[in-house]
Amino acid sequence: MRNKIGMAAVVATSVALLAACSSGTSSDESSMTSSPAASDTSSAIDASGAKLTIWTDENRQPAIEAAAKTFEAETGATVELVVKNFDDIRSDFLAQVPTGEGPDITIGAHDWLGAFVEGGVVNTVDLGTNADKFSSVAVQAMSYNGQVYGMPYSTEAVALIQNTDLVGEDAPATFDDMIQKGVDSGVKYPFCINVNGEVGDGYTMYPLQTSFGAPVFVQDASGSYTTEVGMGGANGEAFAKWLGENGEKGKGYISTTIDYATANELFNSGKCAYTVAGPWALSSYTDVNFKVNPVPSAGGETAAPFVGVQGFYVSSQSANALLANEFLTNYIATPEAMQALYDADPRLPAFEGVDTSTAPFPDAIAGFQASAEQGVPMPNIPQMGSVWDYWNAAESKIIKGADPVKTWDKMITDLTAALQG
Amino acid sequence: MTTDTAEKAPTPATESHGRSWTGLGWGFLVKLLLMMVVNAFGVSAIMSAWNAEAWVILGALVVFLVVADWVYFSKRMLPLKYIYPGLVFLLVFQVFAMGYTAYVATTNYGAGHNGSKQQAVEAALIQAEREVPGSPSYPLAVVRDGDTLGFAITEDGTVEVGTADQPLEAVDGGKADDSGRPTEVPGWEIVPRGDLLSDQALAKEVTDLRVPVSEDANDGSLRTREGSTAKVYKSSMVWDPAADTLTDTESGVVYTPNDRGTFVGDDGSTLATGWYVSIGADNFVTAVTNPDYAKPLLRVAAWTFAFAFLTVATSFLLGLLFAIVFNDDRVKGKKILRTLFILPYAFPAFLTALLWQGMLNPEFGVINKWFFFGADINWLGDPWLARFSVLAVNLWLSYPYWFLICTGALQSLSGETTEAAKIDGAGRWRQFRSITFPLLMVSTAPLAISSFAFNFNNFTIIYMLTGGGPNFDDTSVPLGATDILITAIYQISGVQGGRADYGLAAALSIVVFVVVGIVSGLAFRQTKKLEEF
Repeated sequence: MRNKIGMAAVVATSVALLAACSSGTSSDESSMTSSPAASDTSSAIDASGAKLTIWTDENRQPAIEAAAKTFEAETGATVELVVKNFDDIRSDFLAQVPTGEGPDITIGAHDWLGAFVEGGVVNTVDLGTNADKFSSVAVQAMSYNGQVYGMPYSTEAVALIQNTDLVGEDAPATFDDMIQKGVDSGVKYPFCINVNGEVGDGYTMYPLQTSFGAPVFVQDASGSYTTEVGMGGANGEAFAKWLGENGEKGKGYISTTIDYATANELFNSGKCAYTVAGPWALSSYTDVNFKVNPVPSAGGETAAPFVGVQGFYVSSQSANALLANEFLTNYIATPEAMQALYDADPRLPAFEGVDTSTAPFPDAIAGFQASAEQGVPMPNIPQMGSVWDYWNAAESKIIKGADPVKTWDKMITDLTAALQG
Repeated sequence: MTTDTAEKAPTPATESHGRSWTGLGWGFLVKLLLMMVVNAFGVSAIMSAWNAEAWVILGALVVFLVVADWVYFSKRMLPLKYIYPGLVFLLVFQVFAMGYTAYVATTNYGAGHNGSKQQAVEAALIQAEREVPGSPSYPLAVVRDGDTLGFAITEDGTVEVGTADQPLEAVDGGKADDSGRPTEVPGWEIVPRGDLLSDQALAKEVTDLRVPVSEDANDGSLRTREGSTAKVYKSSMVWDPAADTLTDTESGVVYTPNDRGTFVGDDGSTLATGWYVSIGADNFVTAVTNPDYAKPLLRVAAWTFAFAFLTVATSFLLGLLFAIVFNDDRVKGKKILRTLFILPYAFPAFLTALLWQGMLNPEFGVINKWFFFGADINWLGDPWLARFSVLAVNLWLSYPYWFLICTGALQSLSGETTEAAKIDGAGRWRQFRSITFPLLMVSTAPLAISSFAFNFNNFTIIYMLTGGGPNFDDTSVPLGATDILITAIYQISGVQGGRADYGLAAALSIVVFVVVGIVSGLAFRQTKKLEEF
């Protein structure tokens, strides 16, 4: 008798367990398909059952969530946000889109574009009726071979940040002028720039390099980057020489002992009068009064920093291409959505008319914007990925005192060979 | 619980608890319950594999589940009952991963070759379809007549309709709203927007639809992305599935696929997007013969061996020294001291590496400031100092491990042999050299070999502390003095810069795996001799 009760219990439990497993999947689906909210438009459009998958990082999640809510309410479609580490998105998108497991839309940086096109994982997009409101540098950055592949929403660039208590608010006219002011202020470090320790950091140093007229890659007439290395020759060598003169064996203003954290720490403690950094470093400057200006020229030409652009890409393998484009053109490329994106994560907007006065550092944002305006888009050709290692290492060596011209020319030779091979 | 009842109701010795039906039969019931859970998970996993159309995974799951049921309900499979779970894990996590790496090594999977050929064709068509300059944006109505889909727009106040085969044509009696979007098209039914958004198949048909604007194909076709506006686009690329070629209609270049997964034009140009194909042993050949890599890789290999060997040797000796000292009865507070010693081992290695990187900074680091009177010693910038620093930091990280191991081994040594040696008149050094150390080696040598294998591939410490730098001055590839083989592979295969060549990376890893395997195998042979003491 007791045996039978036991058996019955076992059978009952296992049935319940199987039921729980099978119902698990169906209840997931029904919970994902939220019913359309009662709004006027929902009666006209009912896309219940359609699902859009969007990859985002943690910072942008609330903003996209807000746009997605309106979208869900008005169309009845569901948006599933997948939060990922921003740096992982590039390789994951490349790897997963061809398998059909990728998202419909992902957030991303513009310099990934070349690799995405080469990998065949992105579709072209149309910016919609508000196309003329996007900053032209941002649209250009999101273009490849004359086609727009991404909807930009923010830009970023490094700029000169100066301690106003030490050197006032005026932007220095030239690099030498800046050093002079820094020296006059009496601090130990008139100028500190992140060179990422021994590794070297061509990115932060780039405005100073372009002021010698030595861009990484040559741009053609339309502004697109060619694969021709542009930093060789006399201009590049002049920059290399200048770097050596200001390096550790020279005047010592640029040193491999400074990395990102050290530069921020020196600036924030008032030991350093000027530094070069991006908007992401602002939160480190809690103890000083500062102003943001464009980077001064060292070589006579405009000091153009790399402008980075972030935006949305549509997967080439998306089964919901129409829905994805609907979301982007009508729910992201609007002043309201762009404002919401800015409020959630203040980055320099790439869309005209976004009110930036709500940011923690509104004046600084204006300074960064001025710097970005004289900048150039970071090359989005896939070849750029091969440049960093050679470029950074050569700069680091020159700063440490290696023969500038020889080191630089060897780097150009090796890099050119690597790009062809 | 189970054993209690089993003892009360003794079972015949030939029957296990798991089959027992005498008494309450709890043993069998527990097994039944566990197997039900296993089966429930197995079946649900099989169902999701079915939904995802992952046939290989589905097949493997079915085999695993059937074998599991057979093993645990059969009378004969006694040894398998114990090793089956382990075997499954071995197959899934080891054999599969190794097999897949070997497979990738024979392909050119990587940047520019990461999809199928069909996807490469699609990408080429996407890249070649451009907006006709100056095309206005037409408010659009998607219309249908039975199964035929069409686009309706207004041009100069008249409503026009067209389909894939029928260029745009004015229709009489069409009406449009203020924006210009047709609201009524005689002979056509307007597709509601909700249908477009909710019906995936219809939406795909609409986004794939191209309506020629006129009889002349050069004028382009209407195309919509989101179903509410249309623009005129023109494609310059035509795919011919029969001939297996892509043709650029503007330049007349014909692109044919080659055996490396790339479309090559008859003028020698190539298309950006390729697909991955099997290239046999080419990756291995490149890995071994490319002159740019061969020389620096030899130097890197030499340093890898030195690094792995020296790390094990130094940390073993230091750990052993501390273990002997703190094993002495005269040391007070051994427990607390031992805990403190283990601390470095408890920190995550990458944090430690970053911390040391800061401490070794020549200008701001505490090492120079506190221990070298502020001297300007560039620990990570000079090739030999950088190698020394890597070894020192790794020593700091790994000696606690050997301290733990050696302490345990020392405590398990019997005091009698030492006692006997003492009576025979052996001094302390003699005791250590002839008795303690050889006995210690029996239990620690296999661990030393595994530690060697681990450090041979110790990516974290190199990548986080020096990034492989300082770079060699005399090579054309960006490899550095502290690069070990695994960081060099990361560098060479382009995973670092985002232009990954996974095929080459997989091939190089297999080469390293073979090297480590051979070295470990030889070393294990040697340790057998130790056991003969």
